[in-house]
Amino acid sequence: MNSLPLVSEVSRAAVAIPAARFSLVKRSVLPGFGISLGFTLFYLGVIVLIPLAAMGVKASGLSWEEFVKATLSNRALAAYRLSFGAALLAAAINAVFGLITAWVLVRYDFPFKRVVDAMVDLPFALPTAVAGIALAAIYAPNGWIGQLAAPLGWKIAFTPWGVGVALTFIGLPFVVRTVQPVLQDLSRDVEEAAASLGATRWQTFRRVIMPAIAPSLMTGYALAFARGLGEYGSVIFIAGNLPMISEIAPLLIIGKLEQYDYAGAAAIGMVMLAIAFLILLGINLLQRWARVRGGEG
Amino acid sequence: MAVIDIHAVSKQFGSFTALRQVNMAIKEGELVALLGPSGSGKTTLLRIIAGLEFADQGHVSFEGVDAATNPMVKRRVGFVFQHYALFKHMSVFENVAFGLRVMPSGQRPTNTDIKRRVEELLELVHLGNLAGRFPTQLSGGQRQRVALARALAIEPRVLLLDEPFGALDARVRKDLRRWLRRLHDEMGLTSVFVTHDQEEALELADRVVVMNNGEIIQSGTPTEVYDTPATPFVYEFLGNVNRIPCQLEGDHASFWGQSILLEDLPVGGQKRTGLAYVRPHDIEVVDGRATMGQPAIVRHVSMLGSIVRVDLAVEGAERPIEMELSRTKFQQLDLRTNSAVHLRACQARAFPA
Repeated sequence: MNSLPLVSEVSRAAVAIPAARFSLVKRSVLPGFGISLGFTLFYLGVIVLIPLAAMGVKASGLSWEEFVKATLSNRALAAYRLSFGAALLAAAINAVFGLITAWVLVRYDFPFKRVVDAMVDLPFALPTAVAGIALAAIYAPNGWIGQLAAPLGWKIAFTPWGVGVALTFIGLPFVVRTVQPVLQDLSRDVEEAAASLGATRWQTFRRVIMPAIAPSLMTGYALAFARGLGEYGSVIFIAGNLPMISEIAPLLIIGKLEQYDYAGAAAIGMVMLAIAFLILLGINLLQRWARVRGGEG
Repeated sequence: MAVIDIHAVSKQFGSFTALRQVNMAIKEGELVALLGPSGSGKTTLLRIIAGLEFADQGHVSFEGVDAATNPMVKRRVGFVFQHYALFKHMSVFENVAFGLRVMPSGQRPTNTDIKRRVEELLELVHLGNLAGRFPTQLSGGQRQRVALARALAIEPRVLLLDEPFGALDARVRKDLRRWLRRLHDEMGLTSVFVTHDQEEALELADRVVVMNNGEIIQSGTPTEVYDTPATPFVYEFLGNVNRIPCQLEGDHASFWGQSILLEDLPVGGQKRTGLAYVRPHDIEVVDGRATMGQPAIVRHVSMLGSIVRVDLAVEGAERPIEMELSRTKFQQLDLRTNSAVHLRACQARAFPA
């Protein structure tokens, strides 16, 4: 970046910046912008963009009719519905209970708090297949929890509900870990101020605490959703995998691969990618709005 | 009649005693300063009055009604926090409006009324043009005034301020102090503020309550606590003071060839040693070449704006004696380093050592 002036030149340069020297780089005293941006682009290219492009190339081997047939069959539509529905639902459940967990971990002291805190990360560490088998065993009609639900006529394992349970399990740490530090930073003063002005606990929560943690809660939600959408290992053990009922989209892709239908698999992958991108983009925009409202913008 | 009555309040945090058996009454319209070093319990006392903290023993009553039966909301107490505790995600306007917006739906003013009231308050704190800003875009002094307007919005009977000027620079602090005093008088408030700055307490308050180790040491007008401190602690906490060894006998203390009357501290018949406390501005240079008074040598002269501080060495004393005098007086005396003078105390109090 030899076009970057030295810090001492900045003030002079600011007086008359030649229009021709337009640059993406805002002059800054922070070092290393050029090299870190270059590295980031390279890294994202190799790790993310090239594999995704390869998938696009693969899918483009299909004709339009074949593409539609592969991606919009009734079976595929049902799988999308389940995958996105379960991921959104599980992320929502995690948003609520992850927030409560984070709240308890930040606000209260209790025995073995550190152990509980560490337990939150377990879903990250456990091989997903192990998680899936364990969940299936517990929620099966003869499992610990499954046998409690069975008399009520409620089947959890081997139904779409099982998918939700698995995705909730693996998504929990995301919400807790994104909200926790923000809650920690939220000073007690502010809550006391709200109380001294006559706000009830609920008003304080809704008007003071919630706006402050909303951006991080949405980040956690988006991460949990994205993780749930791509989840495969734990789900296939508990879902039952009945086509049209409890078959998730990633499983459909694996199915296509096993039949050597690489283009069809890539096509479904493309569709999932597009929808996921739109949803994440939406969450991002919502988050930016919340942040501006949160007075950080 | 006392607006706030604090009766035998004690508070313990673990093994630390924050307050022991504190009694205090605050009268209508008073501006009271709770003054003390950190850990003296002053903030705890303020928070108990506000209802942010609860006393282990004793009780607080507002106009005769026990506060325990009267939740914070109904006390109508405005609290200004040390670090302002503004709502960062709300504009200045919304911060001030908060107390009105959270009122139960029956009492809540209409939106037009809220708008009018908030605008009045912002005008009052001279922030009318900043209503749309967010707290992070304001200076410390401006934030403090938003915090004040927010507390005033609920029309409190009592305004409580925790170290209100602690985080501000000296100039802003001085301006805000005077302004707060005017506001207090104009709005007819009853106010209590916590400070560790004796100058602030003396300048602003009608009554200064000096606290230490969870107890009230002395309570009185600024003149009373400054001129007739009840204990050596109060003496030392309320500004610079010279400690001079003295002899106590009967109701007199003698030092520097002077004898002063001990008004409220008779020490019995036998001779004892004690310490005389003399403020730097109560030390005088004896005129002429008289041999009266305490001989001393000028060691150092510092010009502190309108006054001059002179450090003097006195034979036998470890610490130098501090004297403060006006510039005019200083010029008349023509003091220089190493000049020999004779000193005398024009006001002093003595306590048994």
